[in-house]
Amino acid sequence: MIDFVGQKRWFFLISWILVIIGIASLIISQIQLGTPLRLGTDFAGGTSMTLQFSPAVEQSQLREEMAKLGYSEATIQNAGEGSFIIHTQEITSDEAQALAEELGAELNSQVEVIDYYLASATVGAATARSAVIALIVASIAMLFYIVWAFRRMPKPFRWGSCAVIALVHDVFITVGIFSLLGLLTGLEIDALFITGLLTIVGYSINNIVVIFDRIRENKARGLSSDFAITVNSSIVETLGRCLNTSLTTLFVILALFLFGGATIHYFVLVLLVGVLIGTYDSICVAGPLLVVWERGDWSSLLPWAKTRV
Amino acid sequence: MTRLRRRTVYLLIFILVLFGFALWSVVPLDRNVLGREGLRLGLDLAGGSYLVYQGNLSDVEPGNRDELMDGVKGVIERRINALGITEPIVEIQKREGEYNIVIQLPGIADIEKAKEMVGLFTILEFREQDAAGNWTPATGTVNNETLTLTSRYFKENTDVAVDQYGKPLLVFEWDETGAQLSKQITTRLLGKQLAIYLGDEPLQGEDGHVIAPVVQAVIEDKGQIEGLSLADATELKDLLNAGRIDIPLGRWVNGEFESSIPLYERTVTATLGQDSIQKSIMAAGIGIVLLLIFMLVYYRLPGLVACLSLGIYGVVLLAIFKLVPVTLTLSGLAGFIVSLGMAVDANVLIFERTKEELRGGRSLGAAVEAGFSRAWTAIRDSNITTFIACIVLFWLGGTMGAFMVRGFALILFIGVALSMFTAITVTRTFLRLIVGSQVVTNPAAYGVTSVQTVRNTK
Repeated sequence: MIDFVGQKRWFFLISWILVIIGIASLIISQIQLGTPLRLGTDFAGGTSMTLQFSPAVEQSQLREEMAKLGYSEATIQNAGEGSFIIHTQEITSDEAQALAEELGAELNSQVEVIDYYLASATVGAATARSAVIALIVASIAMLFYIVWAFRRMPKPFRWGSCAVIALVHDVFITVGIFSLLGLLTGLEIDALFITGLLTIVGYSINNIVVIFDRIRENKARGLSSDFAITVNSSIVETLGRCLNTSLTTLFVILALFLFGGATIHYFVLVLLVGVLIGTYDSICVAGPLLVVWERGDWSSLLPWAKTRV
Repeated sequence: MTRLRRRTVYLLIFILVLFGFALWSVVPLDRNVLGREGLRLGLDLAGGSYLVYQGNLSDVEPGNRDELMDGVKGVIERRINALGITEPIVEIQKREGEYNIVIQLPGIADIEKAKEMVGLFTILEFREQDAAGNWTPATGTVNNETLTLTSRYFKENTDVAVDQYGKPLLVFEWDETGAQLSKQITTRLLGKQLAIYLGDEPLQGEDGHVIAPVVQAVIEDKGQIEGLSLADATELKDLLNAGRIDIPLGRWVNGEFESSIPLYERTVTATLGQDSIQKSIMAAGIGIVLLLIFMLVYYRLPGLVACLSLGIYGVVLLAIFKLVPVTLTLSGLAGFIVSLGMAVDANVLIFERTKEELRGGRSLGAAVEAGFSRAWTAIRDSNITTFIACIVLFWLGGTMGAFMVRGFALILFIGVALSMFTAITVTRTFLRLIVGSQVVTNPAAYGVTSVQTVRNTK
C-alpha cells in the first residue's frame, strides 16, 4: 500500500515551492505591471480584438508594426493559426478596422477583425470586484456545506477547514501559474478565467469530498484506532476512482485545449491546470492535513523544520 | 425480487420513452419542436453584436424612470426592426439604480449603422400628408418660429383609459407650446390623417397597419385617440412618455456622461462562430471517443453500460437545451463538455464501489446494489458543491452582463443535475436488468480478476 500520509512532508514541500513561486510572481507582476495578474479587457477596460492574418505573420513583426503605429502599450497574444488577440486602449470598431487594414498593408497579409470587444474601465473595476466577491462567497458556501455534510463527525469544522485550505491552495497555485504566464508570455486574464477558477473549485472539492466521505465511513466502521492509517487506507481505496475521474475529465479538456480553437484556449488552460493541481491536492494534501490537525503535529507542515521524535 | 424486477421494467420503459422523445426533438437540430425553434446559438457562435448602453436619466424624476425605460426599449426595438435585423433582443437591466440597455443583434453586417440607429434620440414626430401624398412634418408657428409637433410637447400624464363601451382610449394633454401648435395643425387637418413617425418610419400597430388617426376635432389642451387596440394604446403611451424627454444613450464615466459610446461592445464575425462550432465539435468528438474507449477497456461490461447511459445523457441534455430553450454559447459548449467528463464521475464512483464489493466476495446482484447505495453520499455531496459554484457564477455573470459566464454556469448546472439522474437511474436500471437476467455472470466481465473467496469475518 502506498503511504501517502507518511510522505506528507514531501507533498507539503512541493506545495510550498509552488506557492512560493506563485507569491514571487504576483509580487514581481505587481511591481512591473501594477497588478498581481495581467488584466484583460474585462477587468482593465479598453478594446480587445482578434485579428486573423492570412498568410500568418510573426508576433514580433506585429509588435513592431503596432509600435510604429503608436500602439506600443498594446498586449499581443498569439492565438495560433495566424490569429492574434490584441488588447489596447479604447478604440472604436471603425478605428479597429482601420488599424487592421494598415497592419495588413504593412505586413503583406490579408487581415480580418474576427472578434471586436470594448469595455469601459469603470465597468472593468466593478467586474473585478464582483469576481473576488464571487470567489470568497463560493468558498464560504462550500465550507458551510462540508461542515454540514460532516456534521455527525466529531469536529466537523475541522473537516470543512481542511477541505477549504486544500481548495485555496489549489486556487492560489493556479493564480500563481497564470501570473507567471502573464509575465512570461503576456497572457491576460478575463472573466472566463474566474469562471475557470470557480469550476475547478467545484471540481477539486468534489474529489476532496469523495476521499473525506471514505474516511468518514472507515472511521465509523472502526477500521483502525490510528487515524493516520484510516486516512491513508481511505486515500488508497479511493485512488482508482480519483485517478479515473481525473483522467476521463482530462481527456475531454485536453481535446478542447488542443483542438477547441483560439477563443476558449486560455479558459480551457485554466481548467487543465486546475484539474491537475486539484487531483494532486485532494490526494496528497487534504487527507494528510487532516492527520496533521488531528495530531497537532504542526511542525510537519514546515518540511524544513526538524522532525520531532 | 419480482417487485424489484417489475419496477426495473417500468423504469426501463420510462427511460426508453424519455430517450425516444429526446431523440425525436433533437433530430434534426434546426427543426421546430413544440413551438420551439431550433437550437439557439449565442452571438459568439452565430456571429453578431452585443451592445450595452446606459441611459442619461439625470433629467428624469426617479419615480418615472422604470416606465420611461420601457418606452426607450420600445423605441430601440422599433428602430432595429426597421433595419431588417432578424430576432434582435433588447433588455433593460436595472442595477443599483442604474439602467443598462442590453442589445443583441444576431448576424449583423454593419455594426456602425446599427449603433447610429440605436443612438438616435427618442423623440416621435407628427406628420401630415402633402398634396403629392408624401408624409411631411406637421408644423405650426409659435412666437414667429416654425416648429414641428413632436412628443416633446406632451405633458407627462399620457395614459390609457376606457370609454363607456369598454374600448381603450389614449388620453393626452399638451403643454403650452404644444397646445398652440396642436390648435393650428388640427384646425388645418380636420377630417384628415395625422401619422406618428419615429425617425423615418411610421408607427405601426400590432397587426401591421400604420397608426394615423383621423383628426375629428380641433384639439387645444387635451385630446384622445380612439380605435386603438389595448396593446397598441399601451405601447403608444410608453413611447409618447419616453419621447417627452431626450434620453441620450451612452455611458457614465466617473460621473460624466459620454453620449453614444457603449459601455460594452462585442462583435463576432459569423466565420469565427462557424470555426468555433466546428472546432468544438471536433474536440468534443475526440474527447468523447477517448473517454468511451477508456471506460470500455477499464470497466468492461459496466463500462459499456456507462457508455450507453452517457449517450442517453447527451441526447436528453441537447433536448433540454432545445426545449427550454438555452442559448448555446462557446463557453456553454465548454460547460457541456466538462459536464460530460463529470457525468462519467458518478459512474466511476459506482463501478469502483461495485468492484470492491465483488472482490469482497459478494454476489453480483448484491454487489451492484451495494455499489449504488454506498456511492450515493459521495455523488450527492460532490455535486452539491458544484451546484454552489454554478449558482455563484450565475450571479457573477449577471452583475456584469457578460453572457459568456452565465452560459457556462447554466449549462454546467443542468449538465451536473442530469448526470446524477442518468448515473443513478439509467445506469442502475441497465445493470439490474443484465444482472437479473443472468446473461453475464463472470466477474471478469465486470473488471474484477481475483475474487476473495474467504469472506471478511469481521
